[in-house]
Amino acid sequence: MEQTPKLTVADVEYVANLARLSLTDEEKQSLTEELARILAYIEKLNQLDTAEIPPTSHVLSLSNVLREDKVAPSLRREVALENAPQAEAELFKVPKIIE
Amino acid sequence: MNYEPVIGLEIHAELLTVSKNFCACSANFGQEPNTSVCPVCLGLPGVLPVLNKKAVEYSLRTAVSLDCRIPSRSIFARKNYFYPDMPKDYQISQYEQPLAVCGHLKIMVGGRERDIAIERVHLEEDTGKLFHEIPGSSDSASWIDFNRAGIPLLEIVTEPELRSGKEAKLFMAKLRQILTYIGVCDGNMEEGSLRCDANVSLRRVGEQTLGTKTEVKNVNSFRFLQRALEYEIDRQRKVLEEGGRVVQETRLWDAAAGVTQPMRSKEEAHDYRYFPEPDLVPLVVEESWAAGIKAALPELPDQKRERFVERYQLPDYDAGILTSTRELADYFESCLQFYPQAKTVSNWILGELLRELKGSAAGVGACPVPPQNLAGLLRLIANGVISGKIGKAVFQEMYERGLSAETIIQKRGLTQITDTADLTIIVDRVIADNPEPAAAYRAGSERTFGFLVGQVMKASRGRANPKLTNQILRERLKQK
Amino acid sequence: MKLQNITISRLQKLLLNRKISPQEITQALLARIREKNSRVNAYLTVAEDEAPAQAGVADKRLGKGDGACPLTGIPLAIKDNICIKGVRMTCASKILEHYVPPYNATVIERLSDQGYVLLGKTNMDEFAMGSSTENSGFAPTRNPWDTRCVPGGSSGGSAAAVAAGMCAAALGSDTGGSIRQPAAFCGVVGLKPTYGLVSRYGLVAFASSLDQIGPITRDVRDAAILLSAIAGHDPRDSTSAPKQPPDYLSKLGQSINGLRLGLPKEYFAEGLDPEVAASLEAAREVFSRLGVQFQEVSLPHTDYSIAAYYLIAPAEASSNLARYDGVRYGHRTSKPKNLLQMYYDSREEGFGAEVKRRIMLGTYALSAGYYDAYYLKAQKVRTLIKRDFDLAFTEVDALLTPTAPSPAFRLGEKVTDPLQMYLSDIYTNSVNLAGLPAISVPCGFTANGLPVGLQLIGPAFGEDRLLTIAYAYERETDWHTRRPNL
Repeated sequence: MEQTPKLTVADVEYVANLARLSLTDEEKQSLTEELARILAYIEKLNQLDTAEIPPTSHVLSLSNVLREDKVAPSLRREVALENAPQAEAELFKVPKIIE
Repeated sequence: MNYEPVIGLEIHAELLTVSKNFCACSANFGQEPNTSVCPVCLGLPGVLPVLNKKAVEYSLRTAVSLDCRIPSRSIFARKNYFYPDMPKDYQISQYEQPLAVCGHLKIMVGGRERDIAIERVHLEEDTGKLFHEIPGSSDSASWIDFNRAGIPLLEIVTEPELRSGKEAKLFMAKLRQILTYIGVCDGNMEEGSLRCDANVSLRRVGEQTLGTKTEVKNVNSFRFLQRALEYEIDRQRKVLEEGGRVVQETRLWDAAAGVTQPMRSKEEAHDYRYFPEPDLVPLVVEESWAAGIKAALPELPDQKRERFVERYQLPDYDAGILTSTRELADYFESCLQFYPQAKTVSNWILGELLRELKGSAAGVGACPVPPQNLAGLLRLIANGVISGKIGKAVFQEMYERGLSAETIIQKRGLTQITDTADLTIIVDRVIADNPEPAAAYRAGSERTFGFLVGQVMKASRGRANPKLTNQILRERLKQK
Repeated sequence: MKLQNITISRLQKLLLNRKISPQEITQALLARIREKNSRVNAYLTVAEDEAPAQAGVADKRLGKGDGACPLTGIPLAIKDNICIKGVRMTCASKILEHYVPPYNATVIERLSDQGYVLLGKTNMDEFAMGSSTENSGFAPTRNPWDTRCVPGGSSGGSAAAVAAGMCAAALGSDTGGSIRQPAAFCGVVGLKPTYGLVSRYGLVAFASSLDQIGPITRDVRDAAILLSAIAGHDPRDSTSAPKQPPDYLSKLGQSINGLRLGLPKEYFAEGLDPEVAASLEAAREVFSRLGVQFQEVSLPHTDYSIAAYYLIAPAEASSNLARYDGVRYGHRTSKPKNLLQMYYDSREEGFGAEVKRRIMLGTYALSAGYYDAYYLKAQKVRTLIKRDFDLAFTEVDALLTPTAPSPAFRLGEKVTDPLQMYLSDIYTNSVNLAGLPAISVPCGFTANGLPVGLQLIGPAFGEDRLLTIAYAYERETDWHTRRPNL
């Protein structure tokens, strides 16, 4: 990534779709500029040679955190559905998925 | 032009844990919708996953059964994509550093052994269930039940080494046999606890590079897997032979029409943005853990089959069927404890028992004829208390009513007639009632003898001891 | 002393001696909230019903004598990204405006077991993304010392509530400085625990590998009391450290004579406000009088921490915030044409500008072809940053730094320039990348009367050491006793 390609509005549209955000045209424009500036700043990481450096995903070196295979009570269904924008017949309801 | 199909399978097996993969909700099927859900498996704000130890053990059990290499360290990753059946809009899965790699599974194809390489085995979570119509609603909508969301799911990916629909079917059948043998999955394809997607492409024979593939989904039985692949291979061959190009796409098997169809929705390029799951820590499998799992492994189907042939002197055919499921093999061996004539027991299981079970070897667990009852029946036959023929009728009743052979025989007076005096009365009556065949026999027609035996059997409702019947009948016919 | 400015430790004595009842202190603080919250906007939800009920329960516990715990009857404010069963939780986002959690965060379970009193849920930057609380989806919080200024963020509501006398203490969360920087801006104490010390179960995830819940209090002793209540292993959080926390209170008051404090030279470089620098210099003198040895150390990768942070945090956030999709809870756009439209518009309408910016940045950093260049690179730089600290702690017991490069800035001053806003986290966010504990303590005021904070950074699970050092400093100064005129 010595020279990452310049961020375009098309890139922003691609990413917005992945993130399921319907941006307005102004948002697309301003985000293209803002993200480009932030990414330009982030370029400074390339000053560091990290070829031999392992990545850190966890600061603590824990492993094998496991639970026993035991059942505990679930939520009552009314509670599970309480925050649902739309529910019907004890099911969550969404606009039709076209397949 | 000669084309060679290249098939790789991606199999998903729901593990038989009692709780879900990352929370303590029940993993049982068939509960009321949205009753086996909690903040964790609903993906509510603020929740965190904690991995089910049993799910890991079942995954390892599968990995050692498939002869995989188990790296000492594996990690979980998030697979990001939006879909309403996935509560967090990412699936906790494994990507780089899966639980197991480089496995093998041997299958027999037309008497030839094929060793199919397995690329990887990894642990992930299932999604909720979608409904596109429900009773009592005409809305254009979809509905979701999250009971299934978070059930541990094992993904098994083969290398693209299968060469026909039949091979794919045989592979799946063998894999299913192993998964059920080791008790990690119920193997039910119809209900979706074992699922299979197939990547199919064609290439010219002798070529090494792979052609454009399609992914075939929605296959819910072995039979359909074979048919769907055969259809798809044929379809691709026609496309190529007409000079066209195969389009990379996902195609759904339509069982009713017997064809694969492209998915209607516009497919977007998959960009799952995998990254290590920060909410879970690495899984470290020390050699001793894997070795312990291996040591505790039950006998696998191939080993059992060989043992049955060697130890019980059974034909390979018998051993193959008897070991098709662990339940049937156990049933067979239980019978032997009470009646140690292996071939006789095998004959009865392969013949009578499987007929009653309608070929479903898995159903033997709930069979109304327990092994000691079948053994009891066989002993009665061997001791000449009943004939083999009556035995079959008795077996049918044992199966229908769940009774022992002794009980049925006593109740219905089916004991063999072995008393010479009793049998002589019946024989005399048969000769009196059939003067012409009797005369014909005396005139030298041996064929009529069989008829007269049949008449005795009929008159005695099958209870006459065959050997004694022959003897007395010949004597009495000689006398008159 | 006014009741509204009482510390937990003082209140504990009054409650135990029955000089005051939980109901009295609760009502006094609720009255204060009614009077002042409209000016400061520290609370998003005031627990008008729950607080008196919980105070009543605490009354009974204290009456029995043997049922009392350190926090029985202590009225607290909770940042609005921590789940409390049955109490609305918004994360200061329109997307969760009407969301009511059906379960308690582990920290809330622990506070409840002790019989605390919930006063309400505090304002914040939306989903904790910000450094000023101006990114609240509802309205910004104001600094009680100067309402033209920001209180810092993202736990601005919690810090402002403590500073303004609207609670005895508060819980905040810290992903890149979100407890320490507002504590510094508001003249109170804020402690960010070691990653893994306090359970994250029930804390709405921003950046899972960086987030920690911690106390915001009026003094160091209170921080120790509140930390004792919430720290410790939780089987519901796989990243929770399986350790028994030490007694944080027993060492308070111990001498720090001979202790070695490191001064990371990169933290005293250009960009540091002169008044902040002067306050730090004065603090150094106090420490020297206490017998502390100073030593310059180097954290050479400091300059890269913002860049690494603004890849890792948004990447994790982009995934963590996917669940706000309008399917199971939260905002759903009205009459969506189809499923995709429901996703697009619900999220477009529900999220504010900064949240969208970070989701976009994080999604981009993880997207096909960029993972190695961005996310993986940042995780490697994270290793380097962590090693810097590990090395420094072989030489010194703790590090002394400013908490923020400047005192509280004016509302609106930095909102137009996201990058400038990000750079104000410079002294705090590498601590999160390294998973270390750090505490911000008041150490002076600017000529304009705005508080200044110093930061002490310790090795992993060195909270007891940090509290001891901070307590020794605090006893020699009176900055923490000053209260704003509201």
